[in-house]
Amino acid sequence: MVNEFVFWAIAAITVIPSLSLLFAKKAVHVAMSVVMVMVGLAVSYILLAAPFLGMVQIVVYTGAVMMLFLFVLMLVGVDQLEDLKETIPGVRWIGIAAAVGIGALVITAASRITIGLQNPPNGNPEAISGQIFGRWVVVMETLGFLLVTAAVGALVLSHAPRLVPRHTQREVARDRIRVGANPVSRPMPGVYARHNALDTPALDPQGNPVEESVSRVLEVRNQMHDSEEFHAHLEKGEDQ
Amino acid sequence: MAFVYLSAVLFSIGAAAVLLRRNAIVAFMGVELMLNAANLAFVAFSRIFGIVDGQVMAFFVMVVAAAEVVVGLAIIVALYRTRQSISLDVPAELKG
Repeated sequence: MVNEFVFWAIAAITVIPSLSLLFAKKAVHVAMSVVMVMVGLAVSYILLAAPFLGMVQIVVYTGAVMMLFLFVLMLVGVDQLEDLKETIPGVRWIGIAAAVGIGALVITAASRITIGLQNPPNGNPEAISGQIFGRWVVVMETLGFLLVTAAVGALVLSHAPRLVPRHTQREVARDRIRVGANPVSRPMPGVYARHNALDTPALDPQGNPVEESVSRVLEVRNQMHDSEEFHAHLEKGEDQ
Repeated sequence: MAFVYLSAVLFSIGAAAVLLRRNAIVAFMGVELMLNAANLAFVAFSRIFGIVDGQVMAFFVMVVAAAEVVVGLAIIVALYRTRQSISLDVPAELKG
């Protein structure tokens, strides 16, 4: 059907990254390797005389679906760790056995049949559109309804009703003063004459770093710069 | 036929990911991998039989998968908003 070397190359760039679904710890790494799998599948579609589907695969999967996954990962926080406690005892071995069983079943069933290879079909957009808008036009229209329903459903699901009235700026300032918090807004992180970075704390008039000027996320991840060098330079300047 | 075997391998990896992983997004990517493996089988058989029908079916599967991703990710975001977690084990409150 296709060159053997090309097939094994495609098998390698689809199976090896897809194993990260089982072994990678971070969801971002999984998403990037699934993008790799999708590209490998697109190449195999083009080799299997389906150039239209290959292009659709790249546009829809690597372009839209996996980017949607990455957006949601950014939304829910990339630091979601997985707890390895088993809620159902032995579920890991049942899962492995079920997956291996499905694979073995399909492979043995497929190896028992022999089909004579025919001439390659015409996978051009014209041939596909003749089928989609001819024989399968009702399915096509139904899928249109499905897509509209999915879009509306996503809007409804991600809509959060406002349960408490919105605080105005005046109320926020009044509450800050009432609990004795710092009434003014916090300083921006490190903006210096020769350095500009979100991870470097601002310096107060005495030259001490203001820790709360840096985003709390960077502080939790221990990615905060200590701004010591800028502190030292400031004092040296005062001495001169 | 080699591509049919490849699709079987990919399908079982996706199924294992759905069954084993607790991170909702990773399990969802396993579902996507299973759909793609089915698509690969469709396209491979379309090539073997020399008919374009398998490619049309694979196209329809892609559309359904896109709709499913939109709704599924919206559910994950709604889950995260109420639980601050996307672990699949957390929503077990209905358990008796």
